[in-house]
Amino acid sequence: MADRHAAGKSKYTADRNMPGAFEGETVTRRRFMEVAANGAGAVAAAAFTLPALGFALGPIFSREPFDWQAVGTPADFTETTYSTKVITIVQGIGEAGNTIAYVRQRDPAIDTEPEDQYNHWIALSSRCQHLGCPVRFVAAAARFICPCHGGVYDFRGLVAGGPPVKPLDRFYTRLNTTTGLVELGPRYSVNSELRRFSPRDPGEPVDGIGQYLYPSRFDTSQIPKN
Amino acid sequence: MPKLPAPPLPKVLQPKPPRPGEENSNGDGHSPVAEAGITVVDWLDERTSLSGGLRWLLFRKVPRGVNWFYTLGSATLFAFLNQAVTGVFLAMFYRPDATGGAYESIRYITDDAFLGQFVRAMHKWGASVMIILIFLHLARVFFFGAYKYPRELSWVIGVVLLILTLAMGFTGYLLPFDQRSYWATIVGVNINGTGPLIGPYLSDFLRAGPEFGATTLSRFYAIHMLLIPGLMAALIGAHLYLVTKLGISAPPWLKTGPEPEIDRAEV
Repeated sequence: MADRHAAGKSKYTADRNMPGAFEGETVTRRRFMEVAANGAGAVAAAAFTLPALGFALGPIFSREPFDWQAVGTPADFTETTYSTKVITIVQGIGEAGNTIAYVRQRDPAIDTEPEDQYNHWIALSSRCQHLGCPVRFVAAAARFICPCHGGVYDFRGLVAGGPPVKPLDRFYTRLNTTTGLVELGPRYSVNSELRRFSPRDPGEPVDGIGQYLYPSRFDTSQIPKN
Repeated sequence: MPKLPAPPLPKVLQPKPPRPGEENSNGDGHSPVAEAGITVVDWLDERTSLSGGLRWLLFRKVPRGVNWFYTLGSATLFAFLNQAVTGVFLAMFYRPDATGGAYESIRYITDDAFLGQFVRAMHKWGASVMIILIFLHLARVFFFGAYKYPRELSWVIGVVLLILTLAMGFTGYLLPFDQRSYWATIVGVNINGTGPLIGPYLSDFLRAGPEFGATTLSRFYAIHMLLIPGLMAALIGAHLYLVTKLGISAPPWLKTGPEPEIDRAEV
């Protein structure tokens, strides 16, 4: 040991009196073997861990496609009450992929948010914005009521009481000029002033700091730019 | 062949020496059947040295005053073993198919399969029993102060096991795929989503997408029966190793033995 410390200044193994040292050798064969064996093990472990991890996490990053779905003719919808429409949001899993949309015609007297090509009809999602139970529209009270924890929304889907953190989600709507049918597109969330946000899950507020604490996700459907 | 050292058995269980005049045929007091058993055990032990490990695990010194509260950990372990065994056999019939196959396979287990309702009930009620027992075990360790030095790591592993047990409850709840499990899972995933910054992505991971989708059920099933049980088995092994290595703690009311001479001596 004393020899090794004395000669430890040199980076050459030959200068450190190592048996069998080669000319110009700086890494001992023992050290090289350690690094090579551990490195090979790490590569082998990564070879199955990383693909498996990517496989499990992949759905977070793959954007869901969507279809415009016809829900009726313009004459089917009035300004004063909602029609209940069943639409499919996930294909291929039967009834578990269906959800309910409440659709009515836009009423300029009460709908104060700016009008554009996607909200001539107001289509509200039945997903309660507290924790995701299905709300139902009670026509007599002109309110949406959630059965789980007592969330209440007014006729426009704004929170009227209970624990929900934002108004009911909406779907983009349009008139298909070829078929003459009203169609529903992807879902979007709104804040308490009905400004549009990319769809957030229930329980995630989008007012104030909430829009930054609960950022937009990679996998939600986007409406095509046109 | 080497002879096994005698385990510290109570006196009544130790083999009696032969009475004078009735010498056994093989000379050392064992019947031929016992002799065959000893031969097999010796053969295994010579090749594995398992007997030392078993003696280390099973014949430990325990402090005076241990009582029924100290059995709660073992009770939780047996609840876990019950879940593992019944779960394996339920998996032989279950289909994680969201279009209706999952519900139908559960209906088949409950209504048609021989003893299916019993095994499913063992798994379903055993899950609640395990949750109750693990909390009682945690309360025992907490109130007896058994988490203190040198057993902090046992406590940390135990808390991880508690969290994994709750995750088992959450993922298993979806599998019957009836209205209750579907909506409970929607609510549960959305509660996960309320965590700031990573919550929305955690929800997407659990659902495998922005909505409850075609692979959500199979994802929950894989987590429930492969991922978490493997983790739990490994951690239970570490937990038991630490229990054996460190010994169990004395009850807090136990006085230490007679005062040592040195404490009474005047200096």
